[in-house]
Parts: sequence; C-alpha cells; structure tokens
Amino acid sequence: MQPSAPAKPTAAMRTHLTRQTPKGYVFWKVARAGVLHVALIVGAVIMLIPFIWMVSTSLKSLDQVFTFPPSWIPNPIIWENYPQALTTVPFGQWFVNTSRIAILVTLGQLFTCSLAGFTFARMRFPGRDVLFLVYIATLMIPAHVTIIPIFVTMNTFGLVDTPWSLIIPGLTSAWGTFLFRQYYLSLPSELEDAAKMDGCSFFRIYLQISLPLAKPILATLGIFTFLGAWNDFLGPLIFLQSKDTKTLTVGLLQFQAEFQGMGNWPVMMAGVVISTLPVLIAFIIGQKYFVRGIALTGIKG
Amino acid sequence: MALAETATRVRDRRTRREAFFRTLRWHEAKWAYLFLLPNLLLFLAFTIYPVFASFFYSLNRWNLHNPMQFIGLGNYTTLLNDPIFRKVLGNTFYYTAGIIPFQTALGLLIALGLNQKLRFTTFYRSVYFVPVVTSSIAVSMVWQWLYQPEWGVFNSLLKQIGIQGPNWLFSTSWAMPSVILLSIWKNVGYSVVLYLAALQGVPESLFESAMIDGANAWHRFWRITLPMISPTTFFIIVLSVIGSFQSFDQIYVLTQGGPARATSVIAYYLYENGFKFFNMGYAAAIAYVLFGLLLFATLLQWFYRRRWVFGEE
Repeated sequence: MQPSAPAKPTAAMRTHLTRQTPKGYVFWKVARAGVLHVALIVGAVIMLIPFIWMVSTSLKSLDQVFTFPPSWIPNPIIWENYPQALTTVPFGQWFVNTSRIAILVTLGQLFTCSLAGFTFARMRFPGRDVLFLVYIATLMIPAHVTIIPIFVTMNTFGLVDTPWSLIIPGLTSAWGTFLFRQYYLSLPSELEDAAKMDGCSFFRIYLQISLPLAKPILATLGIFTFLGAWNDFLGPLIFLQSKDTKTLTVGLLQFQAEFQGMGNWPVMMAGVVISTLPVLIAFIIGQKYFVRGIALTGIKG
Repeated sequence: MALAETATRVRDRRTRREAFFRTLRWHEAKWAYLFLLPNLLLFLAFTIYPVFASFFYSLNRWNLHNPMQFIGLGNYTTLLNDPIFRKVLGNTFYYTAGIIPFQTALGLLIALGLNQKLRFTTFYRSVYFVPVVTSSIAVSMVWQWLYQPEWGVFNSLLKQIGIQGPNWLFSTSWAMPSVILLSIWKNVGYSVVLYLAALQGVPESLFESAMIDGANAWHRFWRITLPMISPTTFFIIVLSVIGSFQSFDQIYVLTQGGPARATSVIAYYLYENGFKFFNMGYAAAIAYVLFGLLLFATLLQWFYRRRWVFGEE
C-alpha cells in the first residue's frame, strides 16, 4: 500500500480534515504510526535474532548451550570462549592477511579505475568507444569463468598460496571503470576545458580537478571494493591453502572444523563474533555512506 | 598570379593547421593510452585472456598435471548426459525461483513501511541492512547453529509450542528451503535500500492529483507507486537472478551440496569438479554453461522489459 498519501496532504486538505474531525484525525494518525512501529520492530527483531543468538551463545558454557528451553541471556556469563578462540587459531595473522589484501585491492582499484574512467570520459583517442564497449561486455561474465585460468596463471608463476594471487587480479575492475566514466560524464566539463586551454597537463587535470570532484564515487567504490575483498570466499578458498596465508573467511572454516566435531558452539560463535566485529563496527560508524552508495550505484555488496 | 599565390598560401595555412591539430590529437591520444595502460593490462590479463582460455580448457581433458588432451565438444556432451548436472541445474532454478518473489515483494513491503514519515526509520533501515555487509561465511555458520536439529533455536522454539521441527539441513526436502531462507534474510536489506530510494523518487504531485480524483490508497499503490518503481523492480530481479545463479558460499558452509545432492547448485558443482577433482576442462565447460544461462536469462528479461516496466518504448 501507499499509505504515505495522507502523510503530506495539501494545506487546504489538512485544515479541512482537522476542522472536520480534529480528534479522530489525530487518533488515526497516532494509531497508524503505532501499528507501523510495531510491525517494523518485529521485523527488525527477526533480522537481529541470528546476531543476538550468536553473541548469546558465545558467552555461554557448553552445558548452558544444551538446555531446554533455550535461554537468551547467559547466566553466568562465560568470557573464556573468547581467549580460547583467539589462542587456538591465528586470528591476528588472518586479520592482518585480510586487511592487507583488502587495502591494496581497494587502493589499486581506486587508482586504475578513476584514471581509466577519466580517460574514457574526457579524452579523445582512436578506439575509445570500441574499447569501452568491450569493458561493458565483460560486466556480465561470472567470476567462475575467469577463476580457473587465473588459477592456472598464478600456479605457473608460483604465486598460489601468496596474497599476490588475490591482490594482482583485484587491482582493477571493469565495473569500477564503468562507474567512474559514467560519473565524470554526468559532470560538466567546463573546469577541465578551461584548465586545458590554460595548458594544464592531462595528469594534473585528472589529479587536481576531476579526482576531487569524484569523491562520492571514490567513497562508494572504496567501501564496496573493500567489503567485497574482506568478505570474499571463493578466491581465498581456491588460492590460499596454508594456515599462515589464510584470510578471515577461510580461516573461520578451519576454525569451525576444529570445534564442530565436539559440538563446541560457544567457542565457534566467539570466533564468528571476532571475525565479524570489524565490519560491524565499520558499518555502524559509516552506515550513511554504505546506504547512500547502494542507492547511488546499485552495487551488490 | 596573385590569385594562385593566395590559393597556395591558404592551402599552406590549412595543411599547417591540420598538422598542428594532428600533433595535438596525437599528443592527447598518447597520454590517453598511457593513462589506460595499468587498467588495460590487468583487464587483458585477468578478464579477456581468461575468458578465451576458459573456453579453450573446456574443449580439453585436463587435470593440471598431465598435458591437455583435445576432445572438442566432449565435455559438453558429457554434461548433457550427466544425471548429476541435470539435478544441479534443477536445484539452481529451484533456489532462484525461491528467492526472487521474496527479494522483490518482501523488500518492497519493508521499504513501504520505512518510507513513512516516522521516527527511527534510519535505525530500522540499518538493521535490515546489517546482514548484507556481514560475511556470508560468518552468517552461514550462525545459521548452521540456528538450524541445528536438537539444540538449535528454531527447533527449540518450535518444541516450546509443541511442534517437532524438521531436520532442516539434514533433510533432503528441507535443506534447500533452509538455504533459501538464509539467503533471503541475508539479501533482503539490499532490495529494501534500492526500493526506498525509488519510492522517494516518486513525485508527490502524482499522489495529490490522484487523491483529488478520488483514488483510494489501494488504487494509488497499484496505479502509481508500482508502475513508477518498476524500473527498480526490474533491476532487482535481474541482479537477483545473476546472484542466485552464482551462489556458492552459503551452500559450501551449510550443506556441502548435500544431503544426497539436494542443494548442489551450478557454482558448487563447478568448484567440486575444478578444485576438488581437478577436472579443469569439465569445470570450464560448466562455467561456460553458467555463463550462457546467465546471458540467456538476462537477454530474456531485457526482451520482456517493455511489457511491464513503466516508461519503456
């Protein structure tokens, strides 16, 4: 339904309504808001149940977990699961590995994509439109098509099981290039033209005029590239094999393998909390940018 | 005489000007190619080359260690007669069909609720969006615990109201719905945000004039809101199909394609063949079938787009 209709009636209608039934109108307005809040809160709780249960389990002892009926609040609170999770597997190392890959991939993409996007949007050269068409055509290609040859290539160069096997292919993306080009095209080019007339070099135009104008796209692509690299699973699963090179996602699986046989859910959930906490904190701080970015570009997170 | 002289001078000037612009253009093109170079080299090495290499692998029998053996379309004919692959295709369609209605309808419903002039809507929106940003591996592990048949939350809650819950991930009939439920939970916030942006873009004046004409809320929704946001619906459906066809992470953690292949989807089967059994050629053929299906599905949707998307010629 579109009940927002009464939310913004014209001034004439509002006086008409309030004059006719002042009490009734206010009552319905409040009642409608109340019902909506209840519905939205119920939905929000359903969305949060897995997170609540994750935290709750991570603070329980083993025998508190296997009880019926289930208790939502651990009593007593058991903190020991966290040190146990942190000492059994090298979460610190995995955290460093993941950050390194995600940061380098993000910086690389921001540089290569903004520069290429600028070139496609603002410079003239033979073959430009054909080349850009090729870029667009590859947007549809699923990662599964390219991952096998990339694996073979990395294997040939002996880079499998090093972070480079994930960093190097991640340094650019057709999608990012596309985003930057479209964004530059949506901006007026007068500033750049004026700079060009004054004899400004192309690189300086890019660096000092175009790039600062593209801050919204830099933020959006930055956030989602980082998030994508941080949460990536298929890549690390295929490319990283030894314990020391793993990222958090594949590491978490190894961690699970060590505890699931025993049914030690509290320690497992503690591990999950540890691995998701950085992203959750980042999201809470910068949620505005996440949401705005999605609306801006429709990137799949 | 004077005329001829002027003519040559003009011609000279023209050639000189042309030469000047040619240098200028060449100067610009030179820099353009230089700027493109890092992007283009990586693009060629990690997108264009793999697309062709993958197709070439798919025409060979190859396990990475022994030399390739060219078998033409052999892998594709094997796929056609592979009963597991047929099951896998069916599962992929099942999974996709299970997700699309919720991704659109549920997403829209929540977005409509959030689009009211209420307090705390930013907070609610963030709550619905949290699963989208969280790692699929982490949330899958949490859901595995929720689905645990004896002590998991779902069955405990059901037991409290006197219902014996299903075996969820361990039952051939419940495993796929369980995976679908998790995927809806994980991704619905994404369509909520997209729909919310679309709803805020519908001009208020349309509703006002409809109200003056006496349209009730129901009519305003079906005749104004829904058509006005249909491009977003289209976008969400296209993206959901693409995403669902490739989904892998949840299935890897929750079921490993089981029980009895009940949740094996294309991406998982591809992974198994390529990186467990090292049938690189066969895996590449599966990748190409996946690619073809995606291409076909997307083109089909574009073809039918003008039938129901508003403002399309």
